[in-house]
Amino acid sequence: MKKLNQRQKTVILTVIMAVLLTAIYVCGALIPDEAVNGSFLDAGQSPSFAHPFGTDTLGRDLLLRTVKGLSVSMTVGLAASVISGVIAVLTGAAAASGSRLADSFIGWLIDLVMSVPHTILVMLISFAMGRELKGLLIGIAATHWCSLARVIRGEVLQLRDRHYIAVSRKLGRSSAWILAHHLLPHLTPQFLVGLILMFPHAVLHEATVSFLGFGLSPEQPAIGIILSESMRYLTAGMWWSAVLPGLTLVLIVLLIDKLGDCLKMIIDPYTVQE
Amino acid sequence: MKGTVSRLIRIFFSYGVRLVSLLLAVTVVTFALVSLSPVDPVQQYILGLGAAVSPEQRAEIEDYWGVNEPPAERYLGWLSQVLHGNLGESSLYRRPVADIIGERFRGSLALMLCAWVLSGVTGFVLGCVMGMYKDRLPDRILKKVCYIISSLPTFWLGLVFLLVFSVQLGWFPIGFSAPIGVLDSDVTVGQRIYHLLLPAFTLSLMSFANIALHTRQKLSDVLGSEYVLFARARGEGEWTILCRHGLRNILIPALTLQFASFAELFGGSVIAENVFSYPGLGSAAAAAGLNSDVPLLLGVTLFSALFVGVGNMIANLLYGVIDPHIREGER
Repeated sequence: MKKLNQRQKTVILTVIMAVLLTAIYVCGALIPDEAVNGSFLDAGQSPSFAHPFGTDTLGRDLLLRTVKGLSVSMTVGLAASVISGVIAVLTGAAAASGSRLADSFIGWLIDLVMSVPHTILVMLISFAMGRELKGLLIGIAATHWCSLARVIRGEVLQLRDRHYIAVSRKLGRSSAWILAHHLLPHLTPQFLVGLILMFPHAVLHEATVSFLGFGLSPEQPAIGIILSESMRYLTAGMWWSAVLPGLTLVLIVLLIDKLGDCLKMIIDPYTVQE
Repeated sequence: MKGTVSRLIRIFFSYGVRLVSLLLAVTVVTFALVSLSPVDPVQQYILGLGAAVSPEQRAEIEDYWGVNEPPAERYLGWLSQVLHGNLGESSLYRRPVADIIGERFRGSLALMLCAWVLSGVTGFVLGCVMGMYKDRLPDRILKKVCYIISSLPTFWLGLVFLLVFSVQLGWFPIGFSAPIGVLDSDVTVGQRIYHLLLPAFTLSLMSFANIALHTRQKLSDVLGSEYVLFARARGEGEWTILCRHGLRNILIPALTLQFASFAELFGGSVIAENVFSYPGLGSAAAAAGLNSDVPLLLGVTLFSALFVGVGNMIANLLYGVIDPHIREGER
């Protein structure tokens, strides 16, 4: 067999991870609500063949709930990161557009968002929206755009002074043409990488906020909800309901993180040859 | 020396103005957000009273609270009261919000301070080790550990610690800041510290990876420099190089970063306090949000913004005044 080079290995690894994540997502989305409803006869069972993650105090299978919860978390995380990414591009580009006033205003805006601890801010936004999915989404989207906006701003500022852009302008190209042909090809990899690295953060944030009771409602299967329920039965010895779903969440987050690193290797022009 | 003092005052002043403008904006945004909320604060207040209220009494309360005034007017009224030190009365605890914040903050401060010092020291030491052994086995192992720990959710980590150390091994208490059934005045300092250890450890794990990776980068930059090459040529040992050239260069950025991390610290303390049922500002904030206690929620948010603002200001001052590069650069 021919020996694969680093790039081919990375591509294969990326595809495997992407397929795995999609599989978990689809499985979670396909599990019907009825399957999660358990019977009281099975309440509080420790992990076994029939229930690999055990059951909770209502007799629901925790593996099913965990997978379903993960797919909800991934949906929220993905949606929030995309919204956040769009905000970041718009604000970052606006800050670098040349007007000093806009730049300092956006700098101030970023400071404003950073000046309240994110957990508190998400709690507040969720409270304002009536403590449901919408509030959670807006809250996470509103708190994650700052660092990416700074990156985009820096990148645009750096690009603007390049010679080839000045030449392009002297040749009579319009701003829109320069944007499409010179700026976007540079910014797209940065944007994608920033977006992918934001995704695990958003998933973790969703779980945390749901755990505190501000995100999804208690009937919904979410990792945060399962863990906050498990906290009540911690002293009763139900270790599996706290450890296993949390561990799955950690594995998923690490997987997404690793996927992000691999994609970065593939997309980022600086590392693409390695 | 005179120049330094006047510059200090100038920096302090400009950051002060920025801090005040940010705090004002925070009041506007938080006030707008709680006004948006579908939860009726008057209804919550009446529910908290635990007694039936006639429509006339309700109208009186609404009148007293100014519910029917336009939002801008309400905001200005609230702001002027806040500036006079009156944050209102919590509808959950039935006490002035300022008192609750003062009392809860002492608990939170002890927790955050322990975690802050712990994460700073561990992060810095580990960062030094990683920087000195760059790309060798200790560095590679520690780097993996840092990456994994920084992607663990804090609340789950707290849960697992509770499960292992409190429930299974019984080394630490299950929660709270003092033993149950003991009068507040009888609780000894030792007992308080004993209850503090596990939450503080959990909280410190959240932020040490950041400082460790940052220190590693800085130290490896220093060790790759030409003056360190010259020091090596003179025959200085690794340890001497670290003390003479390394620490001086990396201590200030690390300290600055640590002061700038007050926001994550506060956010993390909200989570840690809720997991360990530790009575502090964070658990008060969550309780206020869940029970729609608007005055307390507003108060805690403002206080957290102030806390973060002060941390950022210290970080900026440290950076601008102590760091010789920037000090010289400004002249």
